[in-house]
Amino acid sequence: MPLNKPPLHEVHRGAGADFTDFGGWEMPVKFDSIRSEHAAVRESVGIFDVSHMSEVVVTGPDATAIMDRLTTNDVQTLDSGDAQYSCILDEEGVILDDTVVYRYPDGDGYLFVPNAGHGEQMAERWSQYASEFGLSVTVENQTDSTGLVAVQGPDSVETVEAVTSDPVGELSQFSWRQTEIAAVECHVARTGYTGEDGYEIFFPASDSEAVWEAFEDIQPCGLGARDTLRLEAGLLLSGQDFDPEDEPRTPLEAGLGFVVDLSKDEFVGRETLQDLEEAGVEERMVGIRIDERAIARHGYSILADGTEIGHVTSGTMGPTLNVPIALGYVETPFAETGTEIEVEVRGEPVEATVVDQRFLDSLESN
Amino acid sequence: MSFNVPEDRRYTESHEWTEPRDDVVRIGITDFAQDELGDIVFVELPEVGDEIEAGESFGIVESIKAVSDIYATVSGEVAAVNDEIRDQPELVNDEPFDGGWLIEIETNDDLDHLLSPSEYSEQI
Repeated sequence: MPLNKPPLHEVHRGAGADFTDFGGWEMPVKFDSIRSEHAAVRESVGIFDVSHMSEVVVTGPDATAIMDRLTTNDVQTLDSGDAQYSCILDEEGVILDDTVVYRYPDGDGYLFVPNAGHGEQMAERWSQYASEFGLSVTVENQTDSTGLVAVQGPDSVETVEAVTSDPVGELSQFSWRQTEIAAVECHVARTGYTGEDGYEIFFPASDSEAVWEAFEDIQPCGLGARDTLRLEAGLLLSGQDFDPEDEPRTPLEAGLGFVVDLSKDEFVGRETLQDLEEAGVEERMVGIRIDERAIARHGYSILADGTEIGHVTSGTMGPTLNVPIALGYVETPFAETGTEIEVEVRGEPVEATVVDQRFLDSLESN
Repeated sequence: MSFNVPEDRRYTESHEWTEPRDDVVRIGITDFAQDELGDIVFVELPEVGDEIEAGESFGIVESIKAVSDIYATVSGEVAAVNDEIRDQPELVNDEPFDGGWLIEIETNDDLDHLLSPSEYSEQI
């Protein structure tokens, strides 16, 4: 199947980007180097083309009801212009995807952002559910017609305010507003995936070049730096840290219990999660610091006293921390912070420690 | 993008270079290889005195995004290891043909089986 290309593909090629296949999209993996792009976001500001992310718009009289039933967080609490992180589960409580749900600033309906390649599947899921339960909604997969960039880093407020027609510095975390950039109607959200302050900016895909060029002096960053940044911040990657096929996990195992609102009467997967919360989970996601000179990669075994107790889902050298870090699932008795474990790196056990997965806070750089 | 391919050494399809020196040959990875790998964070090398076999993996170069084996271009005994890159693995990115060399081998093999600079340039 041919890969989708973002509207900015040729612009990125011209800027010397290397590309990778991500969720069926040919996206920039790096422009200069992962290390320098990562540092730009930690120290000042960087811009990512994340147009591969999916956008699904839900409107109509029952829009709130369907969002509430098909996502785990409490959608009823969202005021106009608010956003929230959430999970989408199957009937067994397994995470199909994670997403951010945005309520439109005018109060009329919702946008949610499934991961790359999931838009069509999620739009179908919403439509089928609406039809089955007689809910009156309109569901549109607007992935192809929507562009998305992320401007992230400690200098992101002044960077974005310099090009928007309305103040966006006053936006609180997880809120958004409509404004203009380069005469293009945009929605600017105070959200991100790097562990830094920043914005995600939605606009018509056909205007991608105008919006991107409004940030021409900003370091362009690829998905390589996005991955190291999110991992240092302890944020999960759909399809890798959880995946309905290869890594079926409930939010309680994945450490996402904080986006599950069991006080809601009804949502898909609720029953399983209620039972699981009472019984306790057998395995849990943990943060791992590797204590030797080695990197734990996806799929490597985690050991305790030579016995396998889990496996790594993501691992890298944290460029800010200069420490090898990883996320993985271990049997619950080994999930406590400070537990000494081993990771099998190319057949050899290396020493490691369970740490708080918000590595930026829990580990000091050295 | 054009990559540096020095004329004074020979190459493999797996992107190692070999430089004949007085009593030994020096081995490293090419400019193309370091660019493909990206930011290198660890290099795992054999010890001085170890015997290595042409075509077999003798070490590992690990970047932020990938792990890659490094293959011996000749057989022989490891005569020297570049200790500097243990602490400064980024030297392999910055100076792949100079400060970022990996090991030296004492060998009786000749280098005729390896690619010439022009043959390697055609490949990358």
